[in-house]
Amino acid sequence: MGSEKKQAEMMKEISGVNPLKCMKCGKCSATCPSYNEMDIKPHQFVSYVINEDIESLVNSKSLWKCLSCFACVERCPRDVKPGKLIDAARQMVVRQKGQDYLLADEIPELLDPELPQQLLVSAFRRYRR
Amino acid sequence: MKYSYYPGCTLRTKAKNLDAYARVSANALGIDLEEIEDWQCCGGVYPLGSDEIATKLSSVRALHAAKEKGQSLVTMCSACHHVIKRVNDDMKNVEDIRTRANNYMELPEPYAGETEVLHFLEVLRDKIGFDELKKKVVNPLAGKKIGAYYGCLLLRPSKLLSFDDPENPTIIEDFIRALGAEPVIYPYRNECCGGYISLKEKEMSKNMCEKIMESAEGFGAGMLITACPLCLYNLNKSTGARLPVVYFTELLAEALGVKEEAEKEVQA
Repeated sequence: MGSEKKQAEMMKEISGVNPLKCMKCGKCSATCPSYNEMDIKPHQFVSYVINEDIESLVNSKSLWKCLSCFACVERCPRDVKPGKLIDAARQMVVRQKGQDYLLADEIPELLDPELPQQLLVSAFRRYRR
Repeated sequence: MKYSYYPGCTLRTKAKNLDAYARVSANALGIDLEEIEDWQCCGGVYPLGSDEIATKLSSVRALHAAKEKGQSLVTMCSACHHVIKRVNDDMKNVEDIRTRANNYMELPEPYAGETEVLHFLEVLRDKIGFDELKKKVVNPLAGKKIGAYYGCLLLRPSKLLSFDDPENPTIIEDFIRALGAEPVIYPYRNECCGGYISLKEKEMSKNMCEKIMESAEGFGAGMLITACPLCLYNLNKSTGARLPVVYFTELLAEALGVKEEAEKEVQA
């Protein structure tokens, strides 16, 4: 994926986010329903992008714990949109060959009779290309 | 009142009742929902990347079909509404996305976000009016204590969805009141059910849904209503249906006295 600097630029481009607007109030992490499950918390995620430590972000468990519920986006007083940065990192992973987080072969055993199609299409879109 | 209607994938499969209750209720209210032809799945979640174009085209096609007919586009599922409304905003306000999406579309005239996107609840509130709806109720749901479960997709981000106040919404409570029942306001009504996380991380979704149920139960709700098939699934699956969770359109059909008609249709 090239140098860390280049990757940080790519993440900003995909997300359309300017992480320097962040004033580190921590509201995004305070409101995140997945906070306990995340190794890099939403407010830290923003700092990692500023510090261009992208390697840590693309290997972070947090990418697969974010629900895209937009609580952090809605409640950020500086309009930084941490959820969009997390999605950009997820995209940088799944857009590479062989890096899908959900494989078609996994699906049959995850199904049950009530499971709505909406769940499958949503997971496909977030977890793979 | 004629509208273009976008049902979405799940309303034709696991959530046939969400759709059928809505259509019979719309008939009873004099709302004509004309399903757009050859609609395609919206994808379930809005593609967040600013360089995502192809993943937005199914929404653009639906929006354009409504524009051709000069109608507003009505959605029923929270997820479809979220995706189509946000793609419409992109087409209206983001020049790069508009240009690149139109390059794929080859329309006689470029689509630029002209269509008004309305969730069915907005039609009831803003076009019919809850006072008018109340007059049409033949079977008031008196004595029922009902919690509105909003979830995320209808409310956030509020600047784009402009559906209601994202922290203190009232639309579904007003809807419940119009049907003659009593709304129960509880703190977790706009918290996430886990959404798509329930495919691979069932425990996470379970924890979130239990908090929502506990909150609703604690404030005295006897049932929950939702507009989202995935919220309904997660809440039922994760909490063993502690409280019944039903689609808002089921209550509407019941109050309007057309519930059986819809049920016959689903079974047929």
